[in-house]
Amino acid sequence: MTGGAFLLEARALVQQFPRTGQQPLRVLDGIDLAVRPGEFAAIIGPSGSGKSTLFNIIAGLDRPAGGEVRIDGRVATGHNELVSYMPQKDLLFPWRTIQDNAALGLEVQGVSRRAARERVRPLFADFGLDGFERSYPGQLSGGMRQRAALLRTVAMGRPLLLLDEPFGALDSLTRTQMQLWLAGMWQRHGWTVLLVTHDIREAVFLADSVYVFTPRPARLAARIVVSLPRPRTAQTFLLPEFAAREQEVLGALGLPAQEPGRSSTEAP
Amino acid sequence: MTARRLWRTLWPPLLVAVAVVAGWQLVAQFAIRDAQVLPEPSQVVSAGWRARGDLWQNTVPTLRETATGFALSFALSWLIATAMDFSDAARRAVYPLLVASQTVPVIAIAPLFVVVFGFQLLPKVLLVALATFFPLAAALAEGFAAADGDAMRLLRSMGASRWQAFVKVRVPGALPFFFTGLRVSITYAIGGAVFAEYAGAEYGLGIYMQRMQGVFRIDLVFAAIVVIAVLSVLLFASTYALERLVTPWRRYEPRRGEG
Ligand SMILES: Nc1ncnc2c1ncn2[C@@H]1O[C@H](COP(=O)(O)OP(=O)(O)O)[C@@H](O)[C@H]1O
Ligand SMILES: [Mg+2]
Repeated sequence: MTGGAFLLEARALVQQFPRTGQQPLRVLDGIDLAVRPGEFAAIIGPSGSGKSTLFNIIAGLDRPAGGEVRIDGRVATGHNELVSYMPQKDLLFPWRTIQDNAALGLEVQGVSRRAARERVRPLFADFGLDGFERSYPGQLSGGMRQRAALLRTVAMGRPLLLLDEPFGALDSLTRTQMQLWLAGMWQRHGWTVLLVTHDIREAVFLADSVYVFTPRPARLAARIVVSLPRPRTAQTFLLPEFAAREQEVLGALGLPAQEPGRSSTEAP
Repeated sequence: MTARRLWRTLWPPLLVAVAVVAGWQLVAQFAIRDAQVLPEPSQVVSAGWRARGDLWQNTVPTLRETATGFALSFALSWLIATAMDFSDAARRAVYPLLVASQTVPVIAIAPLFVVVFGFQLLPKVLLVALATFFPLAAALAEGFAAADGDAMRLLRSMGASRWQAFVKVRVPGALPFFFTGLRVSITYAIGGAVFAEYAGAEYGLGIYMQRMQGVFRIDLVFAAIVVIAVLSVLLFASTYALERLVTPWRRYEPRRGEG
């Protein structure tokens, strides 16, 4: 790393979309973020507030209307070799087997299909996909599909993972299993993760810091530091601090039930 | 496909076919009673069987024309649909011409082709290509364009070039569309060859039918029609087999419209 303390920095990001016959639709209204190498950061906000829009900018797919993104210290413009993006839909390609879906990112980078398969195969056990290398996505359950999409994201070997509501479409039991699994994977692999979610429990359980967005146009309502002990396990849900941080996020989202005098919210 | 499912698909059309043939037999035998106007199915079959050598000799060239013309059509449709996918200018320039090509009546243009390109293989091949080209190219172009925008963005986030995204996302995604187009177009293929032969040829089912009509062998005209129909159905059915081979993942996709 050459960029000092932060792997990802966003400064005063503004994004807006043109509308016919009206003022442009402002979606991001001055967003600041800073993510250290190895940190797990989460973004939570009402749906439609602009979270995916932010990811599209960080992934280099769209240009912001204002502000800048630095990745590893360098101003990011366009496609970036350091960012691996898992979009909101799982987007596994039905015509590729799971191993070939996982290998897609490497193939695109010029690795032969054979070599790419060799490189992704050791990851299958960790992702609970052993024995499904040659299955098609249509043969997998929702949770397995999400893990396969995550495997593809990780397999690219890029330092920053952008995960856009990876578990949003799963039932609540599967989602909890996936959260526990992801916490364990993060612990072992030391990924740098920026996760978008609309699930407060998920954000608090997984993240070191939670950015709370206001409704559109998104500003930072709060940045909440979660210093729950690591590794996080099923026991983590029972800790008093877990409930306290949940309350805090709820409060920052403008929802009721924050106890007075327990705020550790930092001004963004 | 299991034997059971095969039977389940086959018995309804077979039943209808048997009913039609039976009706034909009754009408020919008791109402028309003139083999020069409408021969009985049994007469068609026995005449066809006796003339099987001639029929076969004329079927082979028709098949050859069909295959060559269809190969040309296949190559052209991929080429042009790809060009249209990469360039908006190409799309705007070519698409109206494609539509126009489809409205050209093959039967009217066939003699012209023979005059210009001679009595050999070339005019037949070109007519088959003309008759089958549009459904293929249109289906492919539509299939390419139907690629999921988010999937394209994912590829872009991986650093894929436009060509890589085309090969890895747009082409496989277009294959189901392609096979739909293939089924439409393949039913025109043999017809195109037969029309071309009608306009002038040495051998082929088209010219054979014309000759038999000239010597009032209506039973053999019908026999040739039966051969054409059977070949067309076989070609059509073979597209399903090919589709299963080329797109093996489709049996795992949730079926549309069945929830
Ligand atoms: N390319 C676009 N053009 C116009 N409007 C857009 C575009 N992308 C997103 N939007 C709008 O921006 C808002 C935020 O969208 P998004 O970032 O997807 O929200 P979310 O926080 O749910 O991920 C929505 O109102 C959406 O309609
Ligand atoms: Mg979103």
